[in-house]
Amino acid sequence: MNTQPTLFSPALAARFDKLVTLYPIKRSALVPMLLYAQDEVGYLSDAVIAEVAERIGVSELEVRNVISYYSLLRTRPLGKYHVQVCTNISCMLRGGNEILEHCKKKLGIPSKGVTADGLFSLEEVECIGACCWAPAAQVNYDFHENLTPDSVDEVLADYRAKAGNGEKK
Amino acid sequence: MADVTLTVDGKKFTTPAGTLLIEACRAHGIEVPAFCYYPGLSLQAACRMCVVRIEKMPKLQTACTTTVAEGMIVTTESPEIAQARKATIEMLLGNHPLDCPVCDAGGECELQDMTFKYGAHESKFVEIKQHRDEQQWSPVVFFDRPRCILCYRCVRVCGEGMDVWALGVQNRGVGSVIAPNRQDHLDCEECGMCIDICPVGALTSGAYRYKTRPWEMSHVGTICAHCGDGCKTTLGVRRSSDGMEIVRGDNRDKSGINGDFLCIKGRYAFDFANREDRLTQPLIRQAGADLRSVSWDEAIEFAGLKLREIRDSKGGSAIGVIGSNRTTNEEAYLLQKFARTVLATNNIDHHRTADYPAYASALSGKSEASLRDVGSARAILLLGNDPTEQHPGLAWQIRTNVRLNGARLYVANHRLIRLRRQATAFLQIRESNYAALISFLGGASPPAGAQNAAAFRNAVRKEESLLIVFGSEFCGRDIEALLKFGSTLPSVKFACLGDYANSRGAADMGLYPDLLPGYVPVSAAAHFTEEYSAGLPTQPGLDIMQMLDAAERGELDALYVVGANPVARYRRNGTALRDTFLIVQDMFMTETAQVADVILPAANLYEKAGTVTNTFGDLQLVKKAADRAGVRTDFELIVRLAAAIGADVKKLVPFGPRGVHADFGQARGAQSGEADRHGVWLSAHHLEPRLSPFDPFAIFDEIQRLVPAYDVPRLDLLTGNDQHLRSELVQIEKPVSRPDLVLPSNDTLFTSGSLGLYSKTLHSVLEARQPVETAAD
Repeated sequence: MNTQPTLFSPALAARFDKLVTLYPIKRSALVPMLLYAQDEVGYLSDAVIAEVAERIGVSELEVRNVISYYSLLRTRPLGKYHVQVCTNISCMLRGGNEILEHCKKKLGIPSKGVTADGLFSLEEVECIGACCWAPAAQVNYDFHENLTPDSVDEVLADYRAKAGNGEKK
Repeated sequence: MADVTLTVDGKKFTTPAGTLLIEACRAHGIEVPAFCYYPGLSLQAACRMCVVRIEKMPKLQTACTTTVAEGMIVTTESPEIAQARKATIEMLLGNHPLDCPVCDAGGECELQDMTFKYGAHESKFVEIKQHRDEQQWSPVVFFDRPRCILCYRCVRVCGEGMDVWALGVQNRGVGSVIAPNRQDHLDCEECGMCIDICPVGALTSGAYRYKTRPWEMSHVGTICAHCGDGCKTTLGVRRSSDGMEIVRGDNRDKSGINGDFLCIKGRYAFDFANREDRLTQPLIRQAGADLRSVSWDEAIEFAGLKLREIRDSKGGSAIGVIGSNRTTNEEAYLLQKFARTVLATNNIDHHRTADYPAYASALSGKSEASLRDVGSARAILLLGNDPTEQHPGLAWQIRTNVRLNGARLYVANHRLIRLRRQATAFLQIRESNYAALISFLGGASPPAGAQNAAAFRNAVRKEESLLIVFGSEFCGRDIEALLKFGSTLPSVKFACLGDYANSRGAADMGLYPDLLPGYVPVSAAAHFTEEYSAGLPTQPGLDIMQMLDAAERGELDALYVVGANPVARYRRNGTALRDTFLIVQDMFMTETAQVADVILPAANLYEKAGTVTNTFGDLQLVKKAADRAGVRTDFELIVRLAAAIGADVKKLVPFGPRGVHADFGQARGAQSGEADRHGVWLSAHHLEPRLSPFDPFAIFDEIQRLVPAYDVPRLDLLTGNDQHLRSELVQIEKPVSRPDLVLPSNDTLFTSGSLGLYSKTLHSVLEARQPVETAAD
């Protein structure tokens, strides 16, 4: 359907071709398309924005408007593993702030920072819906619960090892 | 829809179901304040100012999104509501700087008005206001972020109204900010609608900012001097060292045929009038010498005597006259009368931008559309032209009609014009196939290369009422064929697009070698002869090309050029005109003026009173707004020239019975607003001053007598309402159509080839625009 050169993998491009046909107005496909694009590319680069705008048939400005509204959509690259530490009320009461501080010290970066090797990025986030097992953190799409500074070290070490093996998750 | 009855503030009224509560209130004289609500744009409900109490509803409701319902009982003002609005304003003022004394909007700011009304001058907020520096987004658009109250009017008018989508909202909550489409600057039509519609001073105009305060200007409603749409504009004028200077063009009076709209030219390109290098002194050239400044008397006498000498020795046929697309109807009419009765010649023409005589002839028995009709037609067929660039007012009306009324638009063009985005169907044809298109619509086989042509034709022919708008791609017999096709449909109106502010008027007023005012052939001038009590030449004269050719051959002894630049327009070699006695009446030292023997500095359309006719045949009043020392109106110059030639001025301009020299304010700059009210009163009592030979309304009487189409209600016209010509009254024999003489100017939004050349603002915008194409189209 779309014969233009694309930034995305053939599977994702095919998915997008279908996605725009699923809604009464194409514009409705904008947010899912941005999320999928972000998962594949890592962030929403100018080129991604241009292609999404083209596929949806809106201006780049409009795509940027939507991206700027949602904190889950990012226009800058993150680390390979994006560590999101919750400090919302349940986690806070059970030591979420300490976990965050520990991560900062361990990784040597502030919230929203990326490590020099590009392996980790850190972000303080609002509730991730894991209150029962607070304090909790989310790394990419995986949850890590009932954290203590020690278990955080283990989790981070696991990811570092995975990265050494060339695995993504 | 059925009507519903509701009670607002104890006042019971009936209104159609589906009406928004805020509109229903306003229609019945109850003002509900709102920042974000704007008639004709999508609903936002962002500002919470229009909250009202509706009985049996738990909370205050926004009047801008609530539709009226049967038996609804509404309170729009109460202590509770005032408190809610006051709180809203307090929030809005949280970061809003209190720089009203220097803000452009101060004095005409909706936030300021509301703050006064609800007394929200004290605040519970003690936080320091967040300041952001102002940003320049384009040569004409500046953004002052802290002043913005996030009503999103600008975003909506740019997207929905203009279909440009150059503005957006980024981030959310308190961090929300209006953003331009190119990160830090705008790439758009620069129409300034966002500035006009901004309720505060967040968006300001580069042409106006920090120049004056609203109350220091006089505001004069007149007609834009640029394209053929005839948009109403309000000029803010202020006294300057050499007259009245135009400081601002805007559209505060939304009663005109343009509704809310003004384009870049109407809003900013008035600055040609303020230019330093305008001609302000008469100049003459004697015996091959350089031009030198002389007094008015000397210049006019010099020109008059020379014209008289040529007329008396060689006859009128040795003199040519070229009229203008930018003078008023009265001036165009007077010029042809002057040429025919004083100079005794039919050698008169103007730069034709549409084949109006062919149109007038083909129109007989059919009806013509006003620009207002475009805003309400059920279906529109647009053939040729690119209104977005050449007729922005028309494009606005089309878009508005499609958006608000669901009108169906059919576009056939050889280019992919922007309006195809609003079109129900778009047919791309080859540039040479416009004639074939008409026969195709009439039933012949489709023009080569056109796709989906059959569906297009079927849809068009199914319309029960249709408005056909066509550009200058159609001339002569094509116009006839098109109108003939149109008359096979049930109910059709037509509009013919020409280029300049008064191109239509110039045509209607007989600036033709073979046609008198009202398209009467020169050979059938009986009642003109009677009215003028003078013999008229009955042989058609030379057209503009023939005049220029004759002049270059040295066979034309004199040429009188009023508000035109034929040397540049027709790419002639100016020096070839040296054997012709050339009188040029203009604002600037044009290519034609450079080779003239006499130059008379003329006033422009913003500096005179009279009437103009837009290309749709809407007749409108032009009021004097600006003034420049050292210039005179074309009307006055023609009369003075006639006097110098020795003509009886009272025969030329039938002013007052005793010929008293006085006027009622035309000479008093912006105060003419006052004089016009006086004029209205006089006309209401069937009295007219007509005291001066320079009073254009003295000649307007005669126009109304001789040109039946112009016989519109006078009082309505004088009060500033557009009046559609009675084009059904045009009596015209089949004219000699000269498509070869029609030279469309093909202007863009930012150029106009004549006045636009002298606008600094247009130049600055053109320079700032990058040569890249907009991706969003």
